[in-house]
Amino acid sequence: MSDQQRILPGSGTTDPYNIEGREAPETRPLIPLGQKSYDGDQQPRMGFFTDTTVCIGCKACEVACKEWNDVPDTIGELTGNSYDNTGGLGADNWRHVAFIEQRKPIYLQENAHLGTPAVEGEPDFRWLMSSDVCKHCTEAPCLDVCPTGSLFRTEFGTVVVQEDICNGCGYCVSACPFGVLEQRERDGRVWKCTLCYDRTKDGLEPACAQACPTDSIQYGPLDELREKANGRLDMLVEAGASDARLYGANEEEYGMGAFFLLLDDPEVYGLPPDPEVVTRKFRSLWGPAAVAASALAAGVAAAFIGGNR
Amino acid sequence: MGRGGATTFQQDLANSDCIVDIGSNMAENHPVGFQWVMEARLRGAKVIHVDPRYTRTSAVSHLHVPLRAGTDIAFLGGIVNYILENERYFEEYVKTYTNAPTIIEEDFKDTEDLDGLFSGWDPESGSYDPSSWQYAGMTVHSSAGKREQGGLTGEQSSPGSEMGKLEGGLPPEMDETLQHERCVFQLLKKHYSRYTPEMVEQITGVDRNLFTQVAETICENSGRERTTSFAYAVGWTQHTHGVQNIRTAAIIQLLLGNIGRPGGGIMALRGHASIQGSTDIPTLFNILPGYIPMPHAHQGQDLQQFIDRAAPATGFWGNMRAYTVSLLKSYFGDAATRENDFCFDYLPRLTGDHSIYPAVMGMVDGWCKGFLVMGQNPAVGAANGKLQRLALANLDWLVVRDLYECETASFWHDSPEIETGEFKPEEIGTEVFFMPAASHVEKAGSFTNTQRLLQWRHKAIDPKGDCRSELWFMYHLGRKIKEKLSGSDDPKNHPIRDLKWDYPTEMENGVEEPNPHSVLREINGWDENNSALGSYLQVKDDGSTSCGCWIYCGVYANEENQAARRKPGQEQSWVAPEWGWAWPMNRRILYNRASADPEGKPWSERKKCVWWDEDNGQWTGYDVPDFSPSKRPDYVPEDDAQAEDAIRGDKPFIMQADGTGWLYVPAGLTDGPMPTHYEPEESPFDNALYGQRANPARQRFPRNDNRYNPSYGQPGSEVFPYVLSTYRLTEHHTAGGMSRTTEHLSELMPEMFCEVSPELAEERGLENGGWATIVTMRSAIEARVLVTDRLAPLLVQGQKTYLVGMPYHWGSRGIVTGDSANDLLGLVLDPNVHIGEYKVATCDIRPGRRPRGPVLVEFVEEYRRRAGAPERVEEFSRNLENQNGGES
Repeated sequence: MSDQQRILPGSGTTDPYNIEGREAPETRPLIPLGQKSYDGDQQPRMGFFTDTTVCIGCKACEVACKEWNDVPDTIGELTGNSYDNTGGLGADNWRHVAFIEQRKPIYLQENAHLGTPAVEGEPDFRWLMSSDVCKHCTEAPCLDVCPTGSLFRTEFGTVVVQEDICNGCGYCVSACPFGVLEQRERDGRVWKCTLCYDRTKDGLEPACAQACPTDSIQYGPLDELREKANGRLDMLVEAGASDARLYGANEEEYGMGAFFLLLDDPEVYGLPPDPEVVTRKFRSLWGPAAVAASALAAGVAAAFIGGNR
Repeated sequence: MGRGGATTFQQDLANSDCIVDIGSNMAENHPVGFQWVMEARLRGAKVIHVDPRYTRTSAVSHLHVPLRAGTDIAFLGGIVNYILENERYFEEYVKTYTNAPTIIEEDFKDTEDLDGLFSGWDPESGSYDPSSWQYAGMTVHSSAGKREQGGLTGEQSSPGSEMGKLEGGLPPEMDETLQHERCVFQLLKKHYSRYTPEMVEQITGVDRNLFTQVAETICENSGRERTTSFAYAVGWTQHTHGVQNIRTAAIIQLLLGNIGRPGGGIMALRGHASIQGSTDIPTLFNILPGYIPMPHAHQGQDLQQFIDRAAPATGFWGNMRAYTVSLLKSYFGDAATRENDFCFDYLPRLTGDHSIYPAVMGMVDGWCKGFLVMGQNPAVGAANGKLQRLALANLDWLVVRDLYECETASFWHDSPEIETGEFKPEEIGTEVFFMPAASHVEKAGSFTNTQRLLQWRHKAIDPKGDCRSELWFMYHLGRKIKEKLSGSDDPKNHPIRDLKWDYPTEMENGVEEPNPHSVLREINGWDENNSALGSYLQVKDDGSTSCGCWIYCGVYANEENQAARRKPGQEQSWVAPEWGWAWPMNRRILYNRASADPEGKPWSERKKCVWWDEDNGQWTGYDVPDFSPSKRPDYVPEDDAQAEDAIRGDKPFIMQADGTGWLYVPAGLTDGPMPTHYEPEESPFDNALYGQRANPARQRFPRNDNRYNPSYGQPGSEVFPYVLSTYRLTEHHTAGGMSRTTEHLSELMPEMFCEVSPELAEERGLENGGWATIVTMRSAIEARVLVTDRLAPLLVQGQKTYLVGMPYHWGSRGIVTGDSANDLLGLVLDPNVHIGEYKVATCDIRPGRRPRGPVLVEFVEEYRRRAGAPERVEEFSRNLENQNGGES
């Protein structure tokens, strides 16, 4: 993708709110259900690659996200869970840095660069940090269950909630396999990462990626990010980090628009090891449901017809 | 080495082959700069973090080396010994670029001879006479540190005691073979001979194999082809031997040839936006802008006598008269003339240690009556918080300029002493003026960052309400004082009367705001035609030039604000010389002449930076050469040459009298020419190397309100068995004024906490997430507990030692509040720079919350009784009538 394209993504007819030569509609249109799936022909799908091996746990992503998106604070008590006082993703935390203290030899992290194994007296300890975010799934269950069209797929392939349309039904909350979606207590609506839709439309990278000092969070065309991530993974494995792996980069398992490079099992970071698209089952259920619905409709119609007699 | 600044820049860390982060927690406290450490790591560099705690920096380093707080010199001295014993030093570099071959006075005695003291110690005054530390055959002046040494007024370095001089640019007595028993190289070898891996393990708790691995990694990554860099911060400075911590790193880097070269150097990480700037143009009592020393109160000393005493005649300080005269011209303008010695007599004079802590005690004792606090929150941020607040409560007036009513402004109604009943608001006589301040986005000006880089900051929005910039406040304050004194003929008011104070102002948002560009231009200076100077080489000693800070000269060259340059890094070389402007003369790597060999050729292609261009007869390269541009590498000065002309063509350290990097410091330090391991003021251990336990020259203030915990060997030391250290978190900013007032930062670390190992938690019954009370002779505070493996116990001299770690960000104000860790610390200082030992003390810790109200005072008293403390301790009072002991 050229820089020019990156500067102006989303310009032109793919923007449902900014269709050249047409008058602006009086009310924002609902996104037709047919656009729920990402159309790869429109433009490259954009996403996040979070390389947790270079995360320094500074939480600049959390702060930048809240400042840019005007996300309310959630001041509570000290959790006692390492340096994590955010707890997890939710309506008021769209980025969450996990801190995992492990009694594992530090050289497993990346020490093989030093060319020597752990020496006697070296503490068997490592501290993993990882910035979690909405995965912007390839097949997003939240999208499938949203009855109002509040959740929609953008021209960047990301998944966004329109807060002025959300009716607070909460179906998406239980559909999300990652526990990302949550209703805000004070208004009942659902809020989550938009991948800074307002910034990406202006050719800016999301606030968290821009604030990240070590490029642990990278934003870009997903295919480029995946290629980069695979290169980085090879490097780590070669250096002896045999547990290193990508999470969410494989479309055949579970494709994510925000994927991760991890140094341990996903569950160590609080990520489900085998996320499931729960709504996939809906398709197989569609046939019987349709039959039942038809039968019901026919019955109702018959009752009315009968009543007229 | 000669200058008070980082020798390199953070971006250059990416060129390092090995980065040693020690005395700093760079990932947490300098996360933005840390990106270049991460980049170096991706390029294959080894990253080593040496720290008592396993921090976020350790988590992304290849190696974390846990060492006992306050034992850095033992660790680094061990590396010096490793380098010397295994002959790993860069021989050609060491022989030509350092003072290794120089022979020292016959009278000099090392700590090896005197069980932990150097020659010249005077127990009466508690200070050193450094004359026996001198070069043999000549007296050499320092280019930094204490310029006039010995007692209050520097009487010892009178011109009469000067002897000898450089011959052909070299000290008169040298041994190029490094074999003479009194040459610096051999003295160094002897001094560190007992700093073996076994001794390092005994003192620091670092496993000897781990230590050797670190030493070997550093050596492997130094030499012609490779370079290692060190990054330190207040983890080194805040000790009773803080200056010597840094000195030890300087010795290592000079021995390995890592100074003045890409990927090398010592990165001094400053903790605030313009801390470097506030020593360059100082807020300190003992230096003037550009590191010109403040004159002492001598009888009848004129400007020339001051210059002769305070600066070496050779090297760039040989031009000190030009720097000083031009500074006086910038202060006093036309009033400064040759006839009145350029108003030299208007400068205040030092009569002792006028640094902040003695002044705070002066407030308690009643002789210091007014206090103007700007950009600081001493009620939370300074050691011995109760003493600090006691001082505030005893003032006539207090002015606090801050973004918020911080604890220093609110002490009279909500300090912890109100709760304990020690203060009653109605009995506090201090008149408090709170002046709301504009934030950094609400005013224009320049910051000088950690790497000597001046960057212009544009104003984004107008300040709200009565908030004002510092510039507005200081300018109008000065203007009003001048107006008030305009009718006075009293000679004491003449300095104010004659002060040039003519900054143009502009109306901004209804406020008469001084033009910040005019201030930067005054700092840069101008010539007799009022044209901006281009560099300090143009600064004159005859009154024809004005220059507010000679090292900043050039920042307004060509009448352009060079600090405002913003050419992106991608559009220029890796040195990025067109982004902002760095002092001196936009040099990014100091002493970069050393990146070439004595003949002027790069040591290696991989590490080239500047070199001699024979065809054009000048130095050239990526960076601005830190050398006289056309001085040939084979230049040898005449014996009577002065200033820079006296420096040979193969001596890169041009600020120093002899042009070398000083492995051994013959003048300028108050506590010895070579760094020596001493225990902190408060330590559970004896000094394993010497009979002298702690730095003999450290500044102590034994007073009732500044009691010390008994240390090893003193009765009662068992009452405070644990080591305590204070530090910062990424989530908060220093004393909290800018973070505890911000929701999105407060929520990330919402409560004061302490960190302990599982073993200590077990020993003391502490629970993760529960409460603990931490006690010292000063106070007791409470904190939530984090039990973590990150604070591993260390085995020291056969005994397990535990660390209690505490961030110090909390106070009584703001969105999130908590007890202040600094309330626990006593005031005990480094004798060179008067910085407090914030990084290590001893304490006790117990489960549960602290007592509240008056019971808290009784609780601490009980601890004092248990520790066998006398009812009253010797009073230390430093009022003007009762001076003793000089500056140390």
